Amino acid sequence: MSEEQITVREALKHGDFSTKLSAVVMGAGMLGHRQIAKGILVLVTEVAFLVYMLGRGFHDLVMIPSLGTETYHKNWNEALQAFEYLDGDDSQQILLAGVVVLFGVAAIVALWILQMRHSYRLQRQIKEGEDVPTLRQDLKNLLDGNLHITLMTLPCIGILIFNVVPLVYMISMAFTTYSKEGEHLVLFDWDGLNQFVRVLNMDGNIGQQFWGVLAWTVIWAIFATFLNYILGMALALLINRKETKGKAFWRFCFVLSIAVPQFVTLMIMNIMLQPSGAVNVLLMNAGLISDPIPFWTDAMLARITIIVINIWVGIPYTMLQVTGILQNIPAELYEAAKMDGAGPVRIFFKITLPYMLFVTMPYLITSFVSNINNFNVIYLLSGGGPTRVGDTAGQTDLLVTWLYKLTIDQQYYNLGAVIGILTFVILTAITLVTYRNSSSYKNEEAFM
Amino acid sequence: MDTQLKKNKQNPRKTAINVLIHVLLAVLAVVWLLPIAWIVLTSFRAEPGAYTTTVLPQEYTLNNYVKLLTDRNVLDFPKMFGNTLIISIISCIISTFLVLSVAFSLSRLRFRFRKPYMNMAMILGLFPGFMTMVAQYFILKSMGLTEGQSIRIGLIVVYSACAGLGFQISKGFFDTIPRSIDEAAIIDGATEWQVFTRITLPLSKPIVIYTVMTSFMAPWVDFIFAKVLCRANADQFTVAIGLWNMLQKEYIYQWYTCFAAGAVLISIPIAALFLYMQKFYVEGMSGAVKG
Repeated sequence: MSEEQITVREALKHGDFSTKLSAVVMGAGMLGHRQIAKGILVLVTEVAFLVYMLGRGFHDLVMIPSLGTETYHKNWNEALQAFEYLDGDDSQQILLAGVVVLFGVAAIVALWILQMRHSYRLQRQIKEGEDVPTLRQDLKNLLDGNLHITLMTLPCIGILIFNVVPLVYMISMAFTTYSKEGEHLVLFDWDGLNQFVRVLNMDGNIGQQFWGVLAWTVIWAIFATFLNYILGMALALLINRKETKGKAFWRFCFVLSIAVPQFVTLMIMNIMLQPSGAVNVLLMNAGLISDPIPFWTDAMLARITIIVINIWVGIPYTMLQVTGILQNIPAELYEAAKMDGAGPVRIFFKITLPYMLFVTMPYLITSFVSNINNFNVIYLLSGGGPTRVGDTAGQTDLLVTWLYKLTIDQQYYNLGAVIGILTFVILTAITLVTYRNSSSYKNEEAFM
Repeated sequence: MDTQLKKNKQNPRKTAINVLIHVLLAVLAVVWLLPIAWIVLTSFRAEPGAYTTTVLPQEYTLNNYVKLLTDRNVLDFPKMFGNTLIISIISCIISTFLVLSVAFSLSRLRFRFRKPYMNMAMILGLFPGFMTMVAQYFILKSMGLTEGQSIRIGLIVVYSACAGLGFQISKGFFDTIPRSIDEAAIIDGATEWQVFTRITLPLSKPIVIYTVMTSFMAPWVDFIFAKVLCRANADQFTVAIGLWNMLQKEYIYQWYTCFAAGAVLISIPIAALFLYMQKFYVEGMSGAVKG
């Protein structure tokens, strides 16, 4: 079988009748070259696509530019001598249908290209007297040479329908007026970059909130990632010291706290730190304070509380994750440092930390990303509050929780989508820059 | 002789440091275990309400557990438990299959779409999860999976459809299995499918168990997707939404101690699973990072 690349142009130029015919009647090339079953399958797909397009696809496609114009209204029907109620257009459904049609068209174009090439390849194989794979051989090959097709098709379809299509759909919402503001929940229009301008503009109310939330998100992510990382590593080192007794017991104590579902512990923490919660009661009973500490109503205090609780949540994870890697650090490095008279703190900063940074850079980046997108901790602890009057974003809201509030609570879908896109842009930039500057990328050779 | 002397001289200081570290560990362990102990105590507390004037309960009772398991009028915990169990079993089977297929393909098979797929998975991972949530809801709605009984199917789809993006840890594990084993099998006439099912999977028991358990646990601990999908359909609630609801204003006084009981009840199996699989987690992590 010739593996050289065959282009569609070649196929159209040199193809015989059935190959050329498959430019219009897809699958004809296969039917004409002894691959009946595959040809029928492709042809049926084309027919199904055409039926769909004629049925509603073209209509959906045509509606994309306007996103619908008809409002819900009643109409006098002469024949019936009565008012009838006509459904208006629903822009959100039109947009979704439009995105689906675009993906359908892209898929059929890809199939068209594949079958053109395949037809021409079959034609050449027959001309050169080679055997054309039979249906049985093709099926058998799906479990062997083409196993990746068998294994990857289903996951890819799942990702396409429930991740890629929704993402494209949400991204396209950012360029519309889909929002509760101005009654655009049913009918909305394309709006260009207006919402982006609004969010990025520092003078407007939304813009001010955005920059505030962004700053806090970045501060939060830095604290949450690096404090957890360093303290978690220190804890792992303390437990793994040669002299520490009962290693398994200590590890068990800390692991137990992550074994309890996170949302449960977070909700409990929220209750415990309320003005009349356990912590304040304990402190007041002990006579240490006379008034409850406003853990969730004072912005600065709420931020500190969240970071501290996140340390509580995160340290056992880091401990678990780094334990294995810590044991891989070559012992010679430590011995050499001890010979030179370095103390434990110096050893940590000169040997352990650089080694760990080198090995776990990808993990560190992932955890930074997941901290920026850390919904649960903020939503369950402070709910984003305290919130200034007139704002939609609270003082402890991250971009994700603000996104949630804007879409689910406020129904400002377009603003939510803009925030999501900006989050993605920021994350991409941070990931690329840190990854490219990290030593594990620059120098793929081993550490040292 | 000389070293012996040196050791003796250093001993008191070393012992002091050792004691200090053990004390520090003990204090930290208490800090970490206290909230858990507190929730267990609360689950046996006889006085209702979230806020009490005393830290320790005045009276102990089992009624919270009894109420949680038998009061089926307002918040039907047994029903929620059943819902979550069904959803998690089915979505666990589907996502384990998807994750392992993708991980094996990316680790062992070579095809043109391989690198682009991995890059795409990385890029998709950078979008906030909630961006897709709203759209997923609309898509499920257009498929008719957001009303009544079909909410369960919707939740199963949501939990398992995108499993193919979470292949990294399993792939890292598969990467550590020597290729020469596959090659030997192929020379003996095995197909790639046989290599996958008869060689790679049996050799990867830890990671298979890890994948099964993580995907089984997801529906128990997620509450935000479930909340958006279920809305007010109380008979479709999962355990997580049920517990969350118990802490809302209208229920908290009556249900707070039951919430604690529920939290204890679902934490026990999850904690057992987690403690059992933590070694696979550690292995998977160090394997994936090294790879």
